[in-house]
Amino acid sequence: MSDHMKLFEVFIRSRRGLDHKHVGSLHAEDAQQALEYARDVYTRRSEGVSIWVVNSSDIVASQEGDCESFYDPLDDKPYRHATHYQLPEEVNNM
Amino acid sequence: MKTEFTQAELEQLEARFQARIDAEEKIEPKDWMPAGYRKNLVRQISQHAHSEVIGMQPEGNWITRAPSLHRKCVLLAKVQDEGGHGLYLYSATETLGVSREELIEALHEGVAKYASIFNYPALTWADIGAIGWLVDGAAIVNQVSLQRTSYGPYARGMVRICKEESFHQRQGYHIMMTLARGTAEQKAMAQDALDRFWWPSLMMFGPHDAESAHSAQSMKWKIKRQTNDELRQKYVDQSVRQAEVIGLTIPDPALKWNEARGHYDFGEIDWDEFNRVINGNGMCNRQRVAHHIKAHEDGAWVRDAIAAYESKKSRRAGAAAAQGEMSCQTI
Repeated sequence: MSDHMKLFEVFIRSRRGLDHKHVGSLHAEDAQQALEYARDVYTRRSEGVSIWVVNSSDIVASQEGDCESFYDPLDDKPYRHATHYQLPEEVNNM
Repeated sequence: MKTEFTQAELEQLEARFQARIDAEEKIEPKDWMPAGYRKNLVRQISQHAHSEVIGMQPEGNWITRAPSLHRKCVLLAKVQDEGGHGLYLYSATETLGVSREELIEALHEGVAKYASIFNYPALTWADIGAIGWLVDGAAIVNQVSLQRTSYGPYARGMVRICKEESFHQRQGYHIMMTLARGTAEQKAMAQDALDRFWWPSLMMFGPHDAESAHSAQSMKWKIKRQTNDELRQKYVDQSVRQAEVIGLTIPDPALKWNEARGHYDFGEIDWDEFNRVINGNGMCNRQRVAHHIKAHEDGAWVRDAIAAYESKKSRRAGAAAAQGEMSCQTI
């Protein structure tokens, strides 16, 4: 069956004001059907107020193995964090 | 989606919209919203985005002259953040159905405004301290409040920005503290920066509530959650102690603790100066916009290259498809 039906990733907004979060995936013939399946599969207990479905093949992902070249510079820049700056106790809530 | 409504339908939609706002629910991009709400949001969020990007200029000006490698790294990281914040905010504006190009054009034509503070020059290294401590400090007061704004994408952008912004204010205060504890000359430089940036930072909160053109409607729609004067008071109250701790004096003889109000009283802003700067005649208005236009025009070749590459790709895809059909026929 999965030979014929495309894989979709499902994202659900649990409450207005929150981001859509990835909840899982499913196979469907097209986007509309994926939306209906997502409703049936992922929102049976009022988990959400809005669903996004995206073709899995349209997702471009970074690889964990690329960590060094992709994310590494973040670790040697501690000055990007607020805690890096030592301030007097009285104004430290800044 | 239906776009034409009768008067009765419109009233019903508006009532439902306002009820949602009154119930503290967020409005999301695909929801129906009054045209005025959309317009008001586009104005405010794009103005906010322009401020982030124009704000890179006075600080970027000091990257090559920062007094140590460490301060240079910090300033670079901060200016980079501001560019990122501009991006978050432009993207949030685009969810309302306007294009990035339209927004940039409005900035270049002087139709869209940005925070008036960035029309003041950063003359000394201490100004970089004052900008972080005071300008980012004032921006944070405003942005913390906006985390509760009624438009979902704007509120979520604010949460992200506030999280990143806290280092900006602390690094600025750290610069001021270091100068204030230095030689007499360094301390004088810090005081001078405070003297020049204090009043413009108070102006960042905009006109008094009674004179603010958009305030009442924005409060009703919960685009704004606290009024200009409330936010300004909060900022003054927190800044007084911060100045005292490093031995600097806020340049306002009328500044005085009011026990009954539980707040500091403070002097009146020079509204003539405020209007002059807002209307394009501050110290750096022309320079700021001219620089942005120049950077945009200098980058035209990149956009041209992207367009050329896209058309080459689609031409090749077209040719390959034609080729494919022909080979099918021969078989």
